[in-house]
Amino acid sequence: MSDQKKHDEIHGVVAYFDDVDSVMSAARKVRDAGYKKWDTYTPFPVHGIDEAMGTKPTILPWIVLGMGLTGMACGLLLQWYTNAYDYVFLISGKPNWSLPANIPVTFEVVILFSAYTAFFAMLGLNKLPHLSNPLHKLPKFRRVTADRFAICVEAKDPNFDADRVRAILGAETSELEDCPVDTSRAALPLWFHAVMALVTCATFIPLSLAVKGRFATSDKPRYHVWPDMDFQRKRKTQTGWEGFEDGRSMRLPVEGTIPRGELRDDFELYFGVAQGAAVPPRATYEAGVMGGDKFEWLSSFPTAVVVDDALLERGRERYGIYCGVCHGAQGNGLGAVALRAAAIDAEQWGWVSPKALQSDSAKGYTNGELFHIAGNGISSMKGYGSQITPKDRWAIVAFVRAIQASQALPKAPADLPAGVDFEPVPTIKDVRLSEASVDAPASGTEPAGEAR
Amino acid sequence: MTITDPSAFGGQPSGEDDPSVRLPLVEGASENFTTVTDAVAGIAEIPVERTNRAWIICFAISLSLLGMLGLLILHLITTGVGVWGNNNPAYWGWPIVNFVFWVGIGHAGTLISAILFLTRQNWRTGVNRAAEAMTIFAVVCAGMFPGIHIGRVWVAYWLFPLPNQMAMWPNFRSPLLWDVFAVSTYATVSLLFWYMGMVPDLATFRDRAVNNTRRIAYGIFSLGWTGSSRHWHVYERAYLLLAALATPLVLSVHSVVSFDFAVSQLPGWHTTIFPPYFVAGAIFSGFAMVLTLMIPARQFFGLKHIITMRHIDVMCRILMATGLMVGYAYSIEFFIAWYGGVQYESFAFVNRAFGNYWWAYWIMVSCNVLIPQLFWSQKLRRNLWVVMIVSITTNIGMWFERFVIAVTSLTRDFVPSSWGYFSPTWVDITMFIGSFGLFFTLFLLFLRFLPVVAIAEVKTVLPQAHAHGEDHGESHSAGGSAAAPASRHDA
Ligand code: HEC
Repeated sequence: MSDQKKHDEIHGVVAYFDDVDSVMSAARKVRDAGYKKWDTYTPFPVHGIDEAMGTKPTILPWIVLGMGLTGMACGLLLQWYTNAYDYVFLISGKPNWSLPANIPVTFEVVILFSAYTAFFAMLGLNKLPHLSNPLHKLPKFRRVTADRFAICVEAKDPNFDADRVRAILGAETSELEDCPVDTSRAALPLWFHAVMALVTCATFIPLSLAVKGRFATSDKPRYHVWPDMDFQRKRKTQTGWEGFEDGRSMRLPVEGTIPRGELRDDFELYFGVAQGAAVPPRATYEAGVMGGDKFEWLSSFPTAVVVDDALLERGRERYGIYCGVCHGAQGNGLGAVALRAAAIDAEQWGWVSPKALQSDSAKGYTNGELFHIAGNGISSMKGYGSQITPKDRWAIVAFVRAIQASQALPKAPADLPAGVDFEPVPTIKDVRLSEASVDAPASGTEPAGEAR
Repeated sequence: MTITDPSAFGGQPSGEDDPSVRLPLVEGASENFTTVTDAVAGIAEIPVERTNRAWIICFAISLSLLGMLGLLILHLITTGVGVWGNNNPAYWGWPIVNFVFWVGIGHAGTLISAILFLTRQNWRTGVNRAAEAMTIFAVVCAGMFPGIHIGRVWVAYWLFPLPNQMAMWPNFRSPLLWDVFAVSTYATVSLLFWYMGMVPDLATFRDRAVNNTRRIAYGIFSLGWTGSSRHWHVYERAYLLLAALATPLVLSVHSVVSFDFAVSQLPGWHTTIFPPYFVAGAIFSGFAMVLTLMIPARQFFGLKHIITMRHIDVMCRILMATGLMVGYAYSIEFFIAWYGGVQYESFAFVNRAFGNYWWAYWIMVSCNVLIPQLFWSQKLRRNLWVVMIVSITTNIGMWFERFVIAVTSLTRDFVPSSWGYFSPTWVDITMFIGSFGLFFTLFLLFLRFLPVVAIAEVKTVLPQAHAHGEDHGESHSAGGSAAAPASRHDA
């Protein structure tokens, strides 16, 4: 019983040594004596001492391997979840998930996990930090981290017998010492515990707020940590601002600014007049109002337009799309719209029939005027400038000239080659008479065919 | 044990030129555990009022540069990145150059600690601690530049994959994000490596502490280390593992940094040689910085017997070897530009050497390739002035290398309409100088208060550290402390 008490009083027996050899030899003796709770203390890792002490290899490498593999899984999962599943990045049609691009980050995460594990598992296996150690109370022990060596057999060892330990160690060194149990429990003051408890609880507040923000519903808008992206200090388009004289937040372009692609420096091409001449307004061609002869209309084609088969073909196509519906494929004024209007006798509601384009008046227009009409309209006809590009309008003009020269002749021309089948093109009047189903009252306005 | 040669242990230059005889790792016949501990711990134990005058002056200068840096960062953040010279077409100007420069310097530390540890280059023990510290402080400087470069610093956390109210994630296929992972992993792992290596030495400091402040401060950071052999056993395993992990890490970091450039489709950047070329350059610049720091430090703090001429000699040779690698990379770039037959690529390289930034290119070539050739001569390797100057010109050259890569390519890409010329502003220049303030402030504090040399490791390379009866005779069993009893041998 008294022996037991003695063991409780001392932490262990400490022996000091001055060189590697003596500590090694003592370590072997202690090992052979069958002690378990004992250790040697050296200022640097002494090679061969593990064997002398009978220390078993540590499992640290396996822990690190396990955590390294965990790191690999985490790295891959993180990248897969964030970039291929939750928020898919589509980049140049590449696959959403392709390993090579994810190797660098996976590698770094493996290293990160393993290195942290190597360090913290080392601390864990060594039960560090361990600030209050009775050995630190021994003044002599302090030199163990500098230039001396020590062995301590702890009283905790089941075979511990202070005298026997003293005998074993005493044979190796003359410097022996009992290490008393550390009774001065470094108790921290009560208020410190209270403050620490409060601080620990307080650290959960931000986290719980974040969790609440994510999962609870609320009628208030989401909290923005940095609102400067969503709510920017700027004026949006089409709003007012008293800061500018005109009260608008948007600025007008500088006088004379030309939008991209709207430079109209080729007068022939864009306006159908001679280069440098007065530019006709963008208005319906009205001989009386606009004063057709005020302008130097082009009688030929602009230099920028080459009249060839391709242009005529383009013109035929465009004409068919934009003009033929009213003026007829051959320019006789018998397009589908015109026919339908005649059939329902639309003139009673003020319908103006499209004119035939073979009329002398139509033939009498210069090319420039025809171009202007195609773009801006004439009398009750609207212009098509917004749908047809200038080049295409010139193609249409070329095509209109072609059909004027070739189509809708009322009687066979004298120089008609023999064998050519000629059929005079019907006028709107003929059409009306042939449509028996429609009750056609005599109308005051003469249809387009009249102009022939 | 062939780490030291008994006959040469007198510190005499006798066997120096004989390649079969290794020079001692620690010089001086009477060196033992006590003197090594005293020499290193003594530096940190000088009372504040007796601090080295040179240290105080250096620290005052560094600290004021650091203060200037702080004000400049404030100016940058409150005004915007427009205070830098970065502008169309060179949106990557000095900040990225400085970033790569500092990260590169931060490579030697881990290289010395990890790779030389794995390859059992025991000479590293004298310099590894300081080199690791240099690594960490250089990475701090490096990390600062991209951090403040992002413009809206307050959203720097967007760099990391954190859940956010925008429900967005970063793009993991961008080398810039790889960089975030590589550099931050490198910074934390280097810090762990450095700190872990320091724990036993901090315990030494704790046990030598003369007042309570020191005892508590060093006591907390030494985590209650006792020097237990069971602890050392796990500790050494952990250290080996960390070294094995840090080795591929150090190689990956600068490779990833080089991807920032190499993955872009810009002539002069889009080359496969970049990763190895950058790594060689990083080691090159890192060793240069180690030399620049260690030569004055060993002089001022009386560590000449621990950081010996042999260390300097080896580092000079490494400097020359890596310099040659870098030179090889410069020439192979030209070859590939010609061999690849892409006109833009050829232009980019001809322009580098003879174009608008020809001066930067030739500064780079002469500092990095030509000047280190001096080290072929042993006499020059032994002349500390020469070594110091070469190490500084190497640092200058390596800064220019990054400048040449970043700026020449950006200002001369495919279309002449997007060509330009980069000029730094005063903020660029002063911020770069300020980053040296940050670096040296940290480094000087380290020199003053922490174990500059890995004390425990140096002890392991002393002859006394090895049990006898293996291959040493008793002839040189110089005892440890003064009160040494007769040594015992059991073999
Ligand atoms: C919606 C039906 C319609 C379409 C489509 C149409 N026009 Fe007309 N066009 C008319 C009408 C109606 C008139 C007669 C206007 C008037 O006199 O008030 C007319 C008159 C004309 C005239 C004047 C004829 C003359 O003798 O004075 C020309 C030239 C002309 N159009 C050309 C074109 C061209 C070229 C196109 C294709 C770009 C076209 N039109 C498309 C309905 C149309």
